[in-house]
Amino acid sequence: MTQKTKIMLALKLAFKNLMGAGLRTWLNVSVLSFAFVIIIFYNGMIDGWNRQSRRDTQEWETGKGQFWHPEYDRYDAYTIKDAHAPMSEEIQAEVKKKNLAPVLITQATAFPQGRMQEVIIKGVDPEQTVLKLPTVTLVPSGDIDYAIIGKRMAESCKLNVGDRLLIRWRDKNGTFDAREIQIASIFKCDVPTVDKGQIYLSLDVLQKMMGMSNEVTMLVAGNGFINKDLKNWDFKDSAFLLADLDKIIQAKKAGGSIMEGLLLIIALIAIFDTQVLSIFRRQKEIGTYIALGMTRPQVVGIFTVEGGAHSILATLLGAVYGIPLFLLLGKVGISMKAAQMTDMAIAETIYPFYSLRLIIITIFLVVISATIVSYLPARKISKMKPTDALKGKLQ
Amino acid sequence: MKKIFMLFVSAIFLISFTNPNANVILDKVDKNMSSKNRIFESEMIIHGRRTSRTITSISYSAGNKQSFIEYLSPAREQGTKMLKLENQLWIYSPSTDRIIQISGHMLRQSVMGSDLSYEDMMDDRKLNDIYTANVTGNETIDGRNTYVLELIAKVDNAAYHHQKIWVDTERFVPLKQEMFARSGQLLKRTTLSDVKQVQGRWFPMSMVYKDVLKDGNGTEFRITSAKFDQKIPDYIFTKAALKQ
Repeated sequence: MTQKTKIMLALKLAFKNLMGAGLRTWLNVSVLSFAFVIIIFYNGMIDGWNRQSRRDTQEWETGKGQFWHPEYDRYDAYTIKDAHAPMSEEIQAEVKKKNLAPVLITQATAFPQGRMQEVIIKGVDPEQTVLKLPTVTLVPSGDIDYAIIGKRMAESCKLNVGDRLLIRWRDKNGTFDAREIQIASIFKCDVPTVDKGQIYLSLDVLQKMMGMSNEVTMLVAGNGFINKDLKNWDFKDSAFLLADLDKIIQAKKAGGSIMEGLLLIIALIAIFDTQVLSIFRRQKEIGTYIALGMTRPQVVGIFTVEGGAHSILATLLGAVYGIPLFLLLGKVGISMKAAQMTDMAIAETIYPFYSLRLIIITIFLVVISATIVSYLPARKISKMKPTDALKGKLQ
Repeated sequence: MKKIFMLFVSAIFLISFTNPNANVILDKVDKNMSSKNRIFESEMIIHGRRTSRTITSISYSAGNKQSFIEYLSPAREQGTKMLKLENQLWIYSPSTDRIIQISGHMLRQSVMGSDLSYEDMMDDRKLNDIYTANVTGNETIDGRNTYVLELIAKVDNAAYHHQKIWVDTERFVPLKQEMFARSGQLLKRTTLSDVKQVQGRWFPMSMVYKDVLKDGNGTEFRITSAKFDQKIPDYIFTKAALKQ
């Protein structure tokens, strides 16, 4: 008998025995297929969230990287006061080419409906195209200073387009100033750090308000900007700027893996249990195989393949109901409205992303783990005496 | 036309003749309001939308660079201490047993929900050092004659670009003060009353601070005991005193 014939024989026997077991097999396969589908679904959802959030954050906030004033630290509000410097001619040329979007940041207090709210004011060039912000509405008209805010900010301050908002700030010397601004537009953005507690004004307007002519806090790089070495500005790449998002995704994946592991363990325990029962009940069959000339390892192989074949059936069954389900979810998405209230960058609807890598890794994980738990009880066969096995004696 | 012009010139002459020099007034105000050091026991009544709460405290100040405040009641605030040295401010909270430095953005937040920000507490330079004053007229407040002074910042780093101040013509104590933004927007209003003579100087024992940009009835500050030019031990103005 060639090796190939032996394998084919083992597979044939395994599938015949599995089908013969009927409901027991299908129960095991169902549980395993459920674990299989859940693993793909959850990871697909996280990957979909990750892709959307990265894309949104880059489009709305980080661009292709940012150049920070050396004093600036986004986690330390105390640094904002001193983090500003004039733009060099080289930078101004890049701004004109729309390769860089300059941003000036300052802190202020807004007074919506007589309430007091600390806000961050960002001055952005109305003509910039690097970020998705609708800055074109900031183009000044007459004496009115226009502002744009996000939906979250508008809801928290109860503001609508056309409303006026009184803001108070301190200029570069620390002198208080106050004036009314008018809300020109309210944008909808899935990145809370672009929206919450933030007001966007025209860069020129904010520079005048602060007495910081031509000065900015940071420069956001667009697709066309490739120079990463601007003198006196620190370049922060996407890996740095998206590190928080990566950490959240990793944490979510780690949390999800516990749930996936538990599901898989339940399915594998069922297979293990089935294997133990099979070996106990089918001793005569084992003895017959050995009597017919099969070596013990070959018999162990048959039983291991039989157990492992659960995973193949589970994969097929999972595909039967999983593929339509995944296609549907990929089209309609999953609502994440509740999660939008948090500080995480998350879209209102997440569209899961199922990569080939994810599917292959999950199949591999299910098949390997099912095979291992099938092998463990089958090892007992190697210690059986064929004569006793044929008699069906308990060993 | 000639008559009107003469009348106008005479009016200006009369005002300038009857009103003393604005800087002299400010000097007298500073002499009343500033001291080498002082110890106040006070009540701060914060009027909220629905209720009011009273916080009592004792404060020690030396010049305008050092000050130490200990809150005595209510129980929730009892033991909270604040220390200001130059332009740095620390707060000690007994519930956390920690000393926190207040700086940057946090300085703009209100002190215990009042209309006063930490920044307001920090900036207590003499008016004459920051502003150029002009007497713009006379008004009566609560039956007291006052000089109305317009103060315009002469330094770059004044918190308020200009102020309007009503000074009692006899006691040289401000009875009302309005602070304006560079744009002319009125930001804060302080009303001072219950002027008493303490150790030879006139001093307002009651003040109402109002942030006019936000709703509410402002914050009352009543001094129950004021002592000037006392001997204050040096250790009071150290961080170690916060935890004592």
